[in-house]
This record gives sequence, C-alpha cells and structure tokens, in this order.
Amino acid sequence: MKKRSAGRKALYIILVVYAIITVIPFLWALSSSFKTLGEIVSGSINFIPKDFTLENYKQIFTREPLFGRWLFNSLFIATVGTLLNLLFNSMAGYALARLSFPGKKSIFIIILAVLMIPFQVTLIPNFLILKELGWLNSYQGMIIPGAVNATFIFMMRQFFVNFPKEVEEAAAIDGLGRFGTFFRIVLPLAKPALAAQTIFVFMAFWNDFMRPLIIMSDMEMFTLPLGLNSFKGQFISYWNYIMAASMVFTLPIIVLYAFFNRYFVKGIKFTGDK
Amino acid sequence: MKMFTKKERKEAGQGYLFLLPTILVLGVFVIAPILYAVFLSFHKVELLGGATYEFRGLDNFLKVTFDDRAIIALKNTAVYVAVVVPTQTFLALVLAASLNAGLKGQKFFRVVYFLPTLTSSAVLTLIFMWMYNQNGLINYVLKIFHLPTYNWIGDPDVALIAIMIMNIWATAPFFMVIYLAALQDIPDSHYEAAELDGAGAIQKFWHITVPNLRPVTSFVVIMGIIGTFQLFDQSYIFSGGSGGPNNSTLTVVLLIYQYAFKTLGTMGYATAIAFMLAIIILVATLIQRKFSKEESLY
Repeated sequence: MKKRSAGRKALYIILVVYAIITVIPFLWALSSSFKTLGEIVSGSINFIPKDFTLENYKQIFTREPLFGRWLFNSLFIATVGTLLNLLFNSMAGYALARLSFPGKKSIFIIILAVLMIPFQVTLIPNFLILKELGWLNSYQGMIIPGAVNATFIFMMRQFFVNFPKEVEEAAAIDGLGRFGTFFRIVLPLAKPALAAQTIFVFMAFWNDFMRPLIIMSDMEMFTLPLGLNSFKGQFISYWNYIMAASMVFTLPIIVLYAFFNRYFVKGIKFTGDK
Repeated sequence: MKMFTKKERKEAGQGYLFLLPTILVLGVFVIAPILYAVFLSFHKVELLGGATYEFRGLDNFLKVTFDDRAIIALKNTAVYVAVVVPTQTFLALVLAASLNAGLKGQKFFRVVYFLPTLTSSAVLTLIFMWMYNQNGLINYVLKIFHLPTYNWIGDPDVALIAIMIMNIWATAPFFMVIYLAALQDIPDSHYEAAELDGAGAIQKFWHITVPNLRPVTSFVVIMGIIGTFQLFDQSYIFSGGSGGPNNSTLTVVLLIYQYAFKTLGTMGYATAIAFMLAIIILVATLIQRKFSKEESLY
C-alpha cells in the first residue's frame, strides 16, 4: 500500500512539472504583453508586471494600421474555408458511402492516394497555377485550393457507411429527394463528425504560414501569421507589442477549443485510427 | 453491354454532382500540380512576366550532389529528425501513461497540456524567441542553476538545438492524446495479472504498456518523421527566412522555398529537391514500417 502511494506521488510530480513547463511560456508571453517597454528592456524577470498596462493592445492596432485588416483576413479565410470543407467533404463522403455510380472505386483510391503526397511537391506548381488564374493576393487563392480535405472526406465516408439507412428511407417516403434528404436530414445528424472537422480545418487555415507566405505578397492581404512575422521585423525589440499581438492571435482558437473540446479528442482519435 | 435503368442513371448523376467540388479542387490543385511538378523538375524555369521553360534533362537532380547548401540543409534536417522524433515519441508515451493512471485532476492536466497544440507555429516561435533572448527567461533560469547560458538565436552551434527543444515541447502533447486513446483500449486484466506476478509500476510500463502500444507507436513515429522532415515555419521565423546564423537552421523545405521564390531561375531545381524530399520521406517511413513489423514478431 505504501509503495503505491509513493508511485502516485512520483506520477503527480511528473504531471505537475510538465504542466508548469507547458504553461510558463504562455504566462510569460501574457505577462510581457501587459508590461511597459521600459520594463521589457530592463531585462527584469518577474511574472507580475510592475506597471500593469493595456497600452500595448491599443498600440498594436494604431501603430500598425493593417493589424485589424490581418485579423479580418485570417478570420474570413478560415471561416469560409472551414464552411466549404464541411459542405464539400460531407458531400463527397456521402456519395462514396451511399451512392453507386461507375468509377466510384477509382475516385476513392485517388482520394486516398492524395493523402500520401507531401505538400512541397505541389507547392511550386500550385503557385504557378494560381498566378495563371490571377489568384495571387486574393482570398480565393487561399481558400479554394484548401476547400476539400482528403482526410476528412475519408472520415465522413466512414461516418456515413455506419449511418442507419432507415432514416433516409423514412425521409424518402416523406417525399424528400436526394438533396433534401442530405441537407435536411443527414447533415444535421452528422454534427459530431462535423464538429471534429471544424476545429481541425479552422486551425489549419488559421495557423497556416507557408501558403500565405507564397500567395500573399501584398501586405494588405497578409494573414495574421505573416503579419506577426513582419510586425516582428518592424518592432524588433518591442517584445511587449509582439507578445500582445501573439495573444490576440491565440485567443480565437482557445475560444473555439472551449466550444468543441468534446469532439476534439474524437477527431484526433480518428486521425490515429487511420 | 450493361444497361442502366433510369433510377440507376439518376443515382449516378447525383453521385457525380456530390463529388464535383472535390474532383475539381483535387484535379486542379493536386493532380495537375503533380504532373506539372514532374515537368518542372526536368526544366530550367525562368519567371519574367510569363514563365519560360528550357529542357535540362536530369541536371536538376544531379545538381544537388555538388550544392553545398543543399548538403547542409539535408544534414540539418536529418539531425533534427533523428533527435526530435524519438524524444517526442518517448515523452508523449510517458505523459500518456502517467495521465492514464487514474489520478485526480486528469482533465485539468489534459487541457493544460493541449495549449501548445492549439497555438500557431508563428506565435510559439515568437514566444520562444522572446524567451531565448540573451537576457531572457531561459538564460535567467540556466543562471539560477549555475548552468552555462547561450546566445540561442545568434550562435550557429545552438540555434538548431533551440528549435528542437521548442518543437519537442510543442508536438509531444499532440501525440500524447493519440497514445491516451490507445491506452484506454488495453484491458485492465493485463495489468491485474501482472500485479499478481508482483510487477511494479515501471515493470508494468515496459512489459505491458509499451508492447501493447506498438502499432500506435509505429503510427506516431511515421507521423513524426513526416512532420519533422517538413520543418519550415520555425526555421523561417527564427532566421528571418535566411536559414542562418551561418546556415545552421537551414532545412530542406526552407531551401526549396528560397530556390523557388527568392532566387531567379532555380524554380525547376527547387521542384527537383521537393521530389527528392518526398522520396526520402517515403523511404524513411517504409524502413520504419519494416522495422516495426520485424519487432512485433517476438
């Protein structure tokens, strides 16, 4: 019995120490975002700011007039991109699970094969194609190439394969057509699968650094990660500003996570089961 | 010839309609680019207004062998993969096993551990650059313990190590969640039987937990290999896009980016390097697969 409690203590020590290691960078960033430049430059190490100030948060929006624009660009691209993914991935998954048509198997295999291709291979041709389409420095240039996702098409297919047929049959008897059944009956019942997708797809758009770096050269079209990077170059030692901007950037994801927390683990578990 | 009834034809039409967005997007932005990439990799590409192509055969693929920066990038990336993948996998496993022991506050720890996964690579890199500052938090802590301090960002000997530490910290919790899901599938009876045989916690970990998780470990390692070979954001932000100091944070993907978008006339060469990276990743995952299969024979 005694040995057991000693083991428990050891486990707690591991968990607590690692929790501290995880939290400290965030607390340090948060605290720096409330400090004055004087305190930042002095190099003093204290987590509670001496002169607590909200000035940095005001300054990032006034000193960098584009900051609000970057925030909007990121929100717009991530939101529209996520909505399109939810719709298109579900439609594709549903067709692959429920409808029969010639060539279905080959299409499914191609979608699975797409999962294996590292994105660097398609990166450069994609740039040239977007250039040809005149889609560089545009929202559609960021959104459309990412509007479907092979992983989640596969996930939706698995979901619809196990979906009870009776529900659809009842809808058909009620006179709903294929599209009516899909949009009014099937999709609303797929909420758990859609929720898991929402957070992953949103995060992928929101955090993406490399694609906007290549597609957006016009500062007005920057997303937050790019903006943050250029902001860092401009205000190189103003770490109080940089940290405030970083915190603004992190908040929406934390809020999203709070909402979808339950489905999050499910989504990861799915990625793991593949 | 097979005849289709009206109903079958209607269903087929609906099927294609449902798949239309997917076919269009994957066709234009994945399938066509792959073919285009094959074409590019055999050409010298010049982007002056429109693109011009000049056939170069295998030149782009052979050029790598005498390109010093390509060799440095490959070496940096290989070292990075070799250190980060095993460390983050082991850390993820230990954390998952500790969390799974049924202690109080499990939920709290889970939420806390998840913060880095939620945060973007750009933000994490900036936070760490601030901590890695010469008189920043990390050097301060090292001083407290009378350990040597470093110029983490400016010293070519430690810059890559700084990125490794940051990324192990950032990715281990993601893999921990995958392990956690798998741990819940190990039946309690395995542990109970071991306890009857007098096994302690550490023995149970090595003799029951680790072997039972082998398939998941294989998956985690493969995901880790794919992710680490593609290191870009952190190196780019850390070095302001240069891969410095002294090429110490230059990775293969950063090099591809530089050749494709920062120097003129090397876009075809960049595509060839991208193909070679894809092949390296494929071979590495195949070796891992074979390795883990042989292991599971025992």
